[in-house]
Amino acid sequence: MSAAYITSFAISIVAASTPLLLAASGELVAEKSGVLNLGVEGMMLVGAIAGFATAHQTGSALLGIGAAALAGVALAMIFAALSLSLLANQVACGLALTIFGKGFAALLGAGYVGIAGPVLHPIALPLLSRIPLLGPVLFNQNILIYFSFVMVALIAWFLNRTHAGLILRAIGDNHDAAHAMGYPVIRIRYAAVAFGGAMAGIAGAYLSLFYSPLWSQDLTAGRGWIALALVVFSTWRPVWLLVGAYLFGGITFLALYLQGMGFSVPSPLISALPYAATVVVLVLISRDARRIRLNQPACLGKYFHAIA
Amino acid sequence: MLYRLEPRGERSLFWAYGSPVLAILLTILTMMLIFAALGAPPVKGVETFLIAPVSTLSGLSSLLVRAAPLVMIGAGLALCYRANVWNIGGDGQFIMGALAGGGAALALPNAAFWWAYPLVAALGILGGMGWAGLVAWLRLKFNANEILTSLMLVYIAQLILVWLVTGPWRDPAGFGFPQSAMFGPGVTTPSFGGTTIHLGCVLAPLLALALWQVLGRSVLGFQLRVIGQAPRAARFAGFSNARLTWFALLMSGGLAGLAGFFEVTGPIGQLTATITPGYGFTAVIVAFLGRLHPVGVIFAGLLLALSYLGGDAAQINLNLPNAVTGIFQGVLLFYLLGADVLILHRLRRARPAPEAAA
Repeated sequence: MSAAYITSFAISIVAASTPLLLAASGELVAEKSGVLNLGVEGMMLVGAIAGFATAHQTGSALLGIGAAALAGVALAMIFAALSLSLLANQVACGLALTIFGKGFAALLGAGYVGIAGPVLHPIALPLLSRIPLLGPVLFNQNILIYFSFVMVALIAWFLNRTHAGLILRAIGDNHDAAHAMGYPVIRIRYAAVAFGGAMAGIAGAYLSLFYSPLWSQDLTAGRGWIALALVVFSTWRPVWLLVGAYLFGGITFLALYLQGMGFSVPSPLISALPYAATVVVLVLISRDARRIRLNQPACLGKYFHAIA
Repeated sequence: MLYRLEPRGERSLFWAYGSPVLAILLTILTMMLIFAALGAPPVKGVETFLIAPVSTLSGLSSLLVRAAPLVMIGAGLALCYRANVWNIGGDGQFIMGALAGGGAALALPNAAFWWAYPLVAALGILGGMGWAGLVAWLRLKFNANEILTSLMLVYIAQLILVWLVTGPWRDPAGFGFPQSAMFGPGVTTPSFGGTTIHLGCVLAPLLALALWQVLGRSVLGFQLRVIGQAPRAARFAGFSNARLTWFALLMSGGLAGLAGFFEVTGPIGQLTATITPGYGFTAVIVAFLGRLHPVGVIFAGLLLALSYLGGDAAQINLNLPNAVTGIFQGVLLFYLLGADVLILHRLRRARPAPEAAA
């Protein structure tokens, strides 16, 4: 197998991993603050169409990314209003967000099916991109791929090394104590949920502006849900999120590669591989119930109501 | 903040039933705004979406056909949610029921014995049960989150369906379309009086009512309610969480499987690549709108069935994308979840609190 092959495989794996990494890192921050938002799939879809439509209208893929982030935030705010201000069940609100997001994205996208839009182009970093093998994989990519690496590093730093990150984690682990210490629990959760929405929206734009790059009604194909599983897989640690996302990117690529090779296994069954792998990975990581209990934010999914 | 929420200290019975009504009214108002934004006359839009589809006899029978799977899956999900088991994979269980029952029906094209139909129906139930049982097993044996596993199994079931109808089970005389042969008359779900209303439409409400009896009168039903509302109390009382999780998932999987079986052997008549427009997800809304109660689920199932017919009508008569169905469903669930806050809380005008009043 030649070096060129290996490089092109690696590029495909990075391409397949990035949307998972983007969406999962946003959700990780929301969950660290104690909020379980199951609406990632819906926010990704609306982000994808908002990004595609904006890029198509303005001709600028970058504006598309901005619009996608805003659309993700807007959807996340519906979720936050219901689950944080009106104390509704977070699981149900997340599901509602996904159902609504699917419908809303289909409505917005009705006129955009099957047309081409602006595409995100790779930006070669000077010198670094010329490193053999590694250069083209890591340093000649589009902006969102760089962004995904930077965000994971930033989130890890924020959560573990800053005072604000400590407060966010404290709220996720014991909202009553955090409230008693005078921290604005609900306001910080709103911010964390908004961040999750922006990242999910950007992940959607990555799919519609680079990965596909087209709009279609079921563009995300369950990636939002896989991202949620990845957060569990990482046991809420950003660095492990990176490992998980690339593991899944690798599996997705393997499925595509096997299909391309005309393997004797029928293609729908190969397409089921990432979903089956998600179940297997969840099982492997969850069977140690103590590890999950130790790492999971203790207030995850619980509602908080301060009686002033 | 001008208003704040104050706990009532008890459940408001008025709002438990009033909140779905309020949510439906707000949803209709929101739909009028959306119709207006899409350039359709709002009042005519609502009329086309919610009234016109059921103003004819054939429309009413389509409504019952659409409602049957929603009521059956929704009743099972209501059971699960009462036990705090978050099964959202109704669509996968529906597909597996259709595959198990439909596969058996394909193997018996000329079945003339009377028990052929009950046999394939039973296999349909088992198909759905098996798929939901997998979720129960993964949750209880490996502690795997049932929300994510049940959802992943939806995608897997859909891909197995596509594989079967494009591969081993494809109709050789079907011009290469992704579909199986038609089922034989001995294994087809009967319909009545020249309408599309089939056996499943009649059984769906009966099954929901039967479930109500089981829940309301049995020890198991009591344990289920306790475990959902007060898990700690249930543990001290020695109720087996594992047994109830199995029970809830097998019941809901079986109901979804039966619904899938009815759908393919009845209205569709064969296996095709798309046998569900997301009934399993819409049934989540049905369960909540029906207050997790089998009788409520029957009414909620009818309303959400109407949203499918309304989407089709809006597409044909108003030239709108039929995605308005998904919007209606999502908005309805949003309002419902929001309005439900009034069951346990009341709105109070906030007085400017004096400093350190505590």
